[in-house]
Amino acid sequence: MQTDTTPLIQLQGVSKIYGKGQAAVKALDAVDLQIHQGEFVAMMGPSGSGKSTSLNILGCLDTPGSGQYYFDGVAVGSLSRDQRAVLRRQFLGFIFQGFNLLNRTSAIENVELPLIYRKIPARHRREMAQEALCAVGLEKWQNHTPGELSGGQQQRVAIARAIVGKPRVLLADEPTGNLDSVRSIEIMEMLRTFNQRDGITIIMVTHEPDMAEFCKRQMQFQDGHIISDTAVEDTL
Amino acid sequence: MMLWETFLLAQKTIRRNKLRSALTILGIVIGVSAVISMVTLGSGATQKVTSDISKLGSNVLHVRPGQGMRGPGGARSSSDPFKIEDATAIKNSIAGLQAVAPVAETSGQAIYGSNNWSTSVTGGTNDFFIVQGWDLDEGRTFSDSELQAGKSVCLIGKTIQKELFANESPTGKTMRLGKISFKIIGTLKEKGQSNFGTDQDDLVVIPLKTLQRRMAGNSDVRTILVAVQEGVSTTGVQKEIELLMRERRGIAPGQEADFHVRDMKEIIDTLTGTTTVLTALLSAVAGVSLLVGGIGIMNIMLVSVTERTREIGTRLAIGALERDVLLQFLVESVSLSSLGGLIGILLGLGGAALCSKLIGVPFVFKPGIVAAAFFFSGAVGIVFGYVPAKKAAQMDPIEALRYE
Repeated sequence: MQTDTTPLIQLQGVSKIYGKGQAAVKALDAVDLQIHQGEFVAMMGPSGSGKSTSLNILGCLDTPGSGQYYFDGVAVGSLSRDQRAVLRRQFLGFIFQGFNLLNRTSAIENVELPLIYRKIPARHRREMAQEALCAVGLEKWQNHTPGELSGGQQQRVAIARAIVGKPRVLLADEPTGNLDSVRSIEIMEMLRTFNQRDGITIIMVTHEPDMAEFCKRQMQFQDGHIISDTAVEDTL
Repeated sequence: MMLWETFLLAQKTIRRNKLRSALTILGIVIGVSAVISMVTLGSGATQKVTSDISKLGSNVLHVRPGQGMRGPGGARSSSDPFKIEDATAIKNSIAGLQAVAPVAETSGQAIYGSNNWSTSVTGGTNDFFIVQGWDLDEGRTFSDSELQAGKSVCLIGKTIQKELFANESPTGKTMRLGKISFKIIGTLKEKGQSNFGTDQDDLVVIPLKTLQRRMAGNSDVRTILVAVQEGVSTTGVQKEIELLMRERRGIAPGQEADFHVRDMKEIIDTLTGTTTVLTALLSAVAGVSLLVGGIGIMNIMLVSVTERTREIGTRLAIGALERDVLLQFLVESVSLSSLGGLIGILLGLGGAALCSKLIGVPFVFKPGIVAAAFFFSGAVGIVFGYVPAKKAAQMDPIEALRYE
C-alpha cells in the first residue's frame, strides 16, 4: 500500500513523557511513523509499550511532548484544543473498547451525535444516521437503547457513530476487547469492508494476534519504541 | 451544537432523573413561591386599605392633641384636650370647609330588654355624619335643641340593631347605655368592615354634650374632624388650622406644637411605608432562598458532571468543542432553575389567589415581580451552573474516557 505521495499521517521523532522527576515514564521515545491513505494498521504490544499513547496522539486527543505530528500536512502540535476538536469531528472516527454509547439514548440518536456537533440540519442528520446503521446491519434496531442491545450490536452502533461523518481515519482502541470471538470476527470483517470498499484508513490497537491478522500492516511496540513494522500477506 | 438541540438534550436529562431534578429545584420553588404569594397578597392588602381610606374621604383632616406619631392611632399624650370652642373657632375663621365635627368617644353596654351588647359610643354633632359619610336608614339626625341641651337621644348602627332588636324597628324605642336611658331617633345605613378589620356598624352616636356631661364627666373633645370642600387644598387648610390652634393654645413660634393635624394621605403613606419595608424584608428572604437554591443546583450539577465523565469524554472525542460542553451543562442548570422559578411563580400566584379569597383582599397581579422572579431564578442557574459546566468543559478527554 505504500505510495510515493505524502503520507496522511506522519510522526517525526515523537516522544511523550508522563509524570515528573523520578516518577517520569517515557511512554514514547522518538517514534517515527508514516501511515498512508487506505491502510489498515494494527498496533500491538504489551501494556505500557506506548501503543495507546500513540493512538491518542494520532487521534489528536493528546499532543506530542516533543517531535512533530503531521496530519495531512498540518502540524497538530501547534493546534489549540478546540482546533483539534474540529479536526477530530471532520476527519476522525473513534471506536472504544467500552463502546461509550450514551445510556438511555436510542441507537440512532447515538449515531447522530457527531453530526450535531458538525451543525448538520436535523433531517439530513437522520438520513445519514440511518445510512450508517444500515451499513452495520442495524437498521431495524435504530430506536433501541444500548441497554436493549447485545455487546456486538452495541459495538456496531459505535462503529456506525464513527463512520457516520465519513471520516478519513478510524481509530479503534481494542474494539473487540469486550466481545467473544464470534462477535469479534464479525466486527473485524465489518472494519475490513469499510477499509477495502470505502478506502477508510483504520488504525487499531489490539493485543489479540487473531484480530491483528485482519490488518494489512502490523506494528509491534515495546518500551516506547516500534520494534517491528511488517506488511501482512493478503490471506484472502 | 445548536442551542435548540442543547435545550432538548437538557430537557431529556432533567426528565430522566425526575426525583433528583424535583429535589434540586425545591429550594428555588419554595423561595420564589413564598415571595410571589407574599408580594401579591401584600399589594392586595395595600390596595384594599388605600381604597377603603379613600372612601372615608381623602378630604378629611384629623385634629388631635398630642404630637403626631407615625402610624394610625397615634396621638396618645397628656397634652391639653380640645374643647367644643376650638371646633367652633375653626368653623368660623377658616374658609372652604364642608363640615367641622368635634368628636369624643367612650364605650358602654347597650341594653334593650334582655339583650345587651358592648359597643363604642361616639359623641358628636350632625357634622359627624357628613364627615364620615353616614347615611340615615330610618329616622332623623339630632335637632339643635337636643345638641345644645345634651338630651339622651341616639342613633344606632346596623350591628346594634341586629344584636338588640332583631326584626323590630328600633326607631322611637328606648334603650339603655349603662345606667342612662336613650331614645333612639334613627338608624344608620350599613358600612361593613373597616380597613383595619373592625366592624364600623358597631356604634352608637349621641350628642357630644350628652357624652361629655353624662358619661365622661368632662368637656373634652378627643378629635376634631374637618371635611374640606371639594377643590380646596387640604394642605392649605391644614396650615391654617395649625396656625389658628397654635394661637389659641398659646404656642410660641418655633416651639413644638402639642397637637397635630393629619390628613388621610398621610395615613395612607404611613401604611404604604409599612408595606415597602415588608417588601424589602421579603426581597432579602428571596435573595437568601435563591442563594440556597443555587447552591443546591451547583451541588447536583457537580455530581452530575462527575457521573457523566465518560459521556463528556466521548462527546469531546467525537468533536464537541469546549463551549459545546459548557453550553450543555449551563443550559441544563438554567433549565432547572428556570423550571423551579416557573413552578414557584405558579404556586405563588395560586396560593395568593386562594388566600386573597379567604381573607377578603383583592388579588393584585404584579407582572414586574413575576418577571423579576423568573429572571433571577434563571440568573441563579447561570451563576451556580458555571463552575460545574466549566469543570466539564475542561476535562481531558483521555482521562474522561478512562474514568470508571
